[in-house]
Amino acid sequence: MSTDLNTLEQAAEREYEWGFVTDIEQESAPPGLDENTIRFISAKKGEPEWMLEWRLEAFRHWTKMEEPTWQNVRYDPIDYQSIVYYAAPKSMADGPKSLDEVDPKLLETYEKLGIPLHERALLAGVAVDAVFDSVSVATTFKEELEKHGIIFCSMSEAIREHPELVKKYLGSVVPVTDNFFATLNSAVFSDGSFVYVPKGVRCPMELSTYFRINAKNTGQFERTLIIADEGAYVSYLEGCTAPMRDENQLHAAVVELVALEGATIKYSTVQNWYPGDENGVGGIYNFVTKRGKCLGNRSKISWTQVETGSAITWKYPSVLLIGDDSVGEFYSVALTSLRQQADTGTKMVHIGKNTRSTIVSKGISAKFGQNTYRGLVRINRGATNARNYSQCDSLLIGDKCGAHTFPYLEVRNSTATVEHEASTSKIGEDQIFYCNQRGISTEDAVSMIVNGFCKEVFRELPMEFAVEAQKLLAVSLEGSVG
Amino acid sequence: MNMLEIKDLHVSVEEKEILRGLSLSVKAGEVHAIMGPNGSGKSTLAQVLAGRDDYEVTSGSVSYEGEDLLELDPEERACRGLFLAFQYPVQIPGISNSYFLKAALNAQKKYRGEPELDAFEFSALLKQKAKLVEIDEALLHRAVNEGFSGGEKKRNEIFQMAVLEPKLCVLDETDSGLDIDALKIVARGVNQMRSPERAIIVVTHYQRLLEYIVPDFVHVLVDGRIAKSGGKELALELEQKGYADFERAAASV
Repeated sequence: MSTDLNTLEQAAEREYEWGFVTDIEQESAPPGLDENTIRFISAKKGEPEWMLEWRLEAFRHWTKMEEPTWQNVRYDPIDYQSIVYYAAPKSMADGPKSLDEVDPKLLETYEKLGIPLHERALLAGVAVDAVFDSVSVATTFKEELEKHGIIFCSMSEAIREHPELVKKYLGSVVPVTDNFFATLNSAVFSDGSFVYVPKGVRCPMELSTYFRINAKNTGQFERTLIIADEGAYVSYLEGCTAPMRDENQLHAAVVELVALEGATIKYSTVQNWYPGDENGVGGIYNFVTKRGKCLGNRSKISWTQVETGSAITWKYPSVLLIGDDSVGEFYSVALTSLRQQADTGTKMVHIGKNTRSTIVSKGISAKFGQNTYRGLVRINRGATNARNYSQCDSLLIGDKCGAHTFPYLEVRNSTATVEHEASTSKIGEDQIFYCNQRGISTEDAVSMIVNGFCKEVFRELPMEFAVEAQKLLAVSLEGSVG
Repeated sequence: MNMLEIKDLHVSVEEKEILRGLSLSVKAGEVHAIMGPNGSGKSTLAQVLAGRDDYEVTSGSVSYEGEDLLELDPEERACRGLFLAFQYPVQIPGISNSYFLKAALNAQKKYRGEPELDAFEFSALLKQKAKLVEIDEALLHRAVNEGFSGGEKKRNEIFQMAVLEPKLCVLDETDSGLDIDALKIVARGVNQMRSPERAIIVVTHYQRLLEYIVPDFVHVLVDGRIAKSGGKELALELEQKGYADFERAAASV
């Protein structure tokens, strides 16, 4: 009777089905980072002078910065001189004019990942920008979006085609000097997505970016900028995977969101970078800065994240609530299994009057996983009648994993209402036995209990991705009960 | 053939022997009541039949429909028609009662090679069964046992039993914590399920439940063994005399 739990533990190895490598001719910068590397990247992308200057300023500042050590994760020092900062499939060098010109191998890669880029094969209603190592390979539904005046393109293209918007907003939310990893990104960022939704336009479809790290020893530094003009609405989703490799790979992205008066941006992430193996060998270091600015009155920014991958995750999607009556939300599921470590949470900074924020964080730890929630709620002096509600729940599976919670509260206005709830629970043998007794297998029981635990977050995700996220959790938890 | 045949069963929990040579035969269509004082091993019997981990069978055998029950995993036992109504039903936050039951029913159907129910068929079935055990339909959409009152939990167990239509039902102290009205509703639900193909084992401390679910056989469990078996009148005898005589007899063996 006791065997089913034990056999499960031994037999079911977590399989990372996205771990394949695409064999494709690469063009890359030599490893290492100095001003020449930055000039190389900028030249490759045919950037204007002002962009190069912006990068160089970031780089000069970065050389004076120190890597942060306050986070609750442990890893060997990163050698920033051994990383390749630019890699691109050779066939992209001249830039394909349309999908028909994209290397079939690349398209195949995305087919394999379940992200078809041919528009006829696409899920209706989702436009995709696919980023392969350092470049954007395809953006779908562009023309359809253009009809509404929506710009959805790669960051490289935006720098060339829409410099006035890029100049105005790039670095306006996450300044060049913000933090070690964001500053590094500012210097070397390769590609990413750019979105602009004009005044009063409700984006008619989900926008999505799919990031794929393929090349060896390569860091991925994408930069995403989304601007919703007055009264606009956009829902954006990003997904990510990487091959299984023995060495660690660095991913240091920056995402900036700007919501003007009455605008809403919904940003969802399903992060499934390679987590490393049982013994903690390999896996992605995911050091990401994500921040949104509710600049206008009655604007709203909502972050939803499902984080199941990466060896190390370090990210705090945040909202600066500047406009009066603006709203910030953070819904998160973070799962750490194997030897994964996550230090994640959010910052909600209340500046305007009647600003509201909601934080719902669900941490799941299995095997040797270590999960930390770190969140800051700051109510500034002028934020009259600000309200925050935070809920942080941790679920432990097994007895070798850990859950930690560091909530920070800074309240400088006495009219504010701040609520914080936290809980830690363990998947009990009682719960599993109860399910078993009704005919449900142990594996299905664990996945059911976990899904129940994450329900409040999953219901914030667009429908197809909620299903995807549930499947992802089930795969990630295989063999974790024992 | 007996549906369930327990022979000289010895069971220990953390090295302490709880069942000490228990034997019992149950045929389809019968209702058996197992009565006994606290600590006599009633709940242990129920848990062992369902396949709970922490109970170690040291000797004896249990056959169910001619097969060695003890060789089967808990979920296999369930899929083959063994149902335990828990004394302390467990909460599963975030999972609705109806979702849970659909997963359970379809897992069982899949195991038995039967076609699974689609959403419409299942919803019709739920409505019909909810009426049968007089359960409020609102309860179907709440998370499994979360925020349920004691009575609601017990009624929910009987409701699950009605939906899953097991062959062998084991009711572990289903009457505990119920007021008389809830007790009557639970009993009505159980009685509706009596059929020539189904066997029911009612484990209870008190005779009260047996006024409403009238058993074919009553067994007195004392100190891990069946001390006496008889018809429904034995329950009344116990009600008057208590367990003391049996306990003394067991102690002197």
